[in-house]
Amino acid sequence: MSFDVDVTLQRGGRSFEYRFRTEKGGLTALFGTSGAGKSTLLDMIAGLVRPTSGRIAVAGETLFDSAARIDLPPEHRRCGYVFQDLRLFPHRNVRENLLYGWKRARPEHRWLDVPTTLEVLGIGHLLARAPRSLSGGEAQRVAIGRALLSGPRFLLMDEPLASVDAQRREEILRVIERVRDELRRPILYVSHDRSEVDRLADRVIPIGAAGTTSPPAP
Amino acid sequence: MSVLTPEEWEVLLLSLKVSGAAMACVLPVAFALAWALARWRFPGLILLDALVHLPLVLPPVVTGWLLLIALAPNAPLGRFFADALGMTFLFRWTGAALAAGVMALPLMVRAMRLSLEAVDRKLEQAARTLGAGRVRTFVSVTLPLAMPGVLAALVLGFARSIGEFGATITFASNIPGETRTLPLAIYNALQIPGSEWQVTRLAGLSVLLSLLALVLSEWLARRGRAQGMHHVL
Repeated sequence: MSFDVDVTLQRGGRSFEYRFRTEKGGLTALFGTSGAGKSTLLDMIAGLVRPTSGRIAVAGETLFDSAARIDLPPEHRRCGYVFQDLRLFPHRNVRENLLYGWKRARPEHRWLDVPTTLEVLGIGHLLARAPRSLSGGEAQRVAIGRALLSGPRFLLMDEPLASVDAQRREEILRVIERVRDELRRPILYVSHDRSEVDRLADRVIPIGAAGTTSPPAP
Repeated sequence: MSVLTPEEWEVLLLSLKVSGAAMACVLPVAFALAWALARWRFPGLILLDALVHLPLVLPPVVTGWLLLIALAPNAPLGRFFADALGMTFLFRWTGAALAAGVMALPLMVRAMRLSLEAVDRKLEQAARTLGAGRVRTFVSVTLPLAMPGVLAALVLGFARSIGEFGATITFASNIPGETRTLPLAIYNALQIPGSEWQVTRLAGLSVLLSLLALVLSEWLARRGRAQGMHHVL
């Protein structure tokens, strides 16, 4: 089992319910319209938003369980989160951004080395640059690299092609495919683009407008 | 140096000492208050906000008088400082420093609060997911991003404390070499007929110091903006 999620969230008078389980490994796409709370779901898995109740486990480790009073802080969940708005640190250059999580990861958790990351993402020439000087595609690849280098057990990717022009799109799609096929970490991928999902996903979990996942747990 | 007379040097150095000590003590207090006002939501927030800003709107003479009542040798707080720390404030340079610090506090809290509120908390979240705990996130993300604002607040607070007059003269009195800072020396010279030249020189010194501080604080703010940090001052 990769992702095992069964949570409810009360927020601003609305009630969200997310329930799904995925097979081991591969890329799972969360597919649905904007405003369905897909990003909120990723935030809950990352530990940035606390669910009202329920349970979240990833690759066999329980990250949150309201009944058992388990709530791992984000820094102990080891998720590689590629945010929709990237969130590169503006006061640090590309090299420092990339190494931010890498430095804090335990050596035995670092399953990807820096040269390989730079090669796969094609960002070796950007190391001394400031984030604000990067193009959309460059910044996107740096954000992916920063997440990969933090030694994550799983990856959360929130619309990683949203800020990329058509030309760079293909490039980043290939990067994500390499991450999926060669690095073999479970990936939860949020998108509202059908073609993207068809191409990348091993399985698709639709999210309705009410923020409810349709398929019941098997 | 022959530019300033020995008396003027004494006044200048005392002013710098008083304001330096005031800043060293007030900086952590102001930062803690700014943090609480920017980040926490608790009952009494508005009251705390109002209390912090009180010295900004009260007549300085009232602030000085309140300090006098609180810290007189026979008042509980004054007795505590005298017994526990061996510190007295009345007629001492420490009193001038305290008055200067209290008067600069609201200005500093305001500036730091704005710069803390301008720090994008999403960046802190990103740091957390990358393995940094709360403290590391604060040190490596929040503080560096708020730093230009904190430094600008310090410079502004320093300039404000150099100019402090009313609370100081009420609380610590006007004693040469002990509490007679720049504004008090100017006031004193004004009382003596025929000392216009001295007033002019001291006033000029005061203008110079203030200009220096304003230029420095503006430079810090610009440097912060150049680094892509949006903070307000």
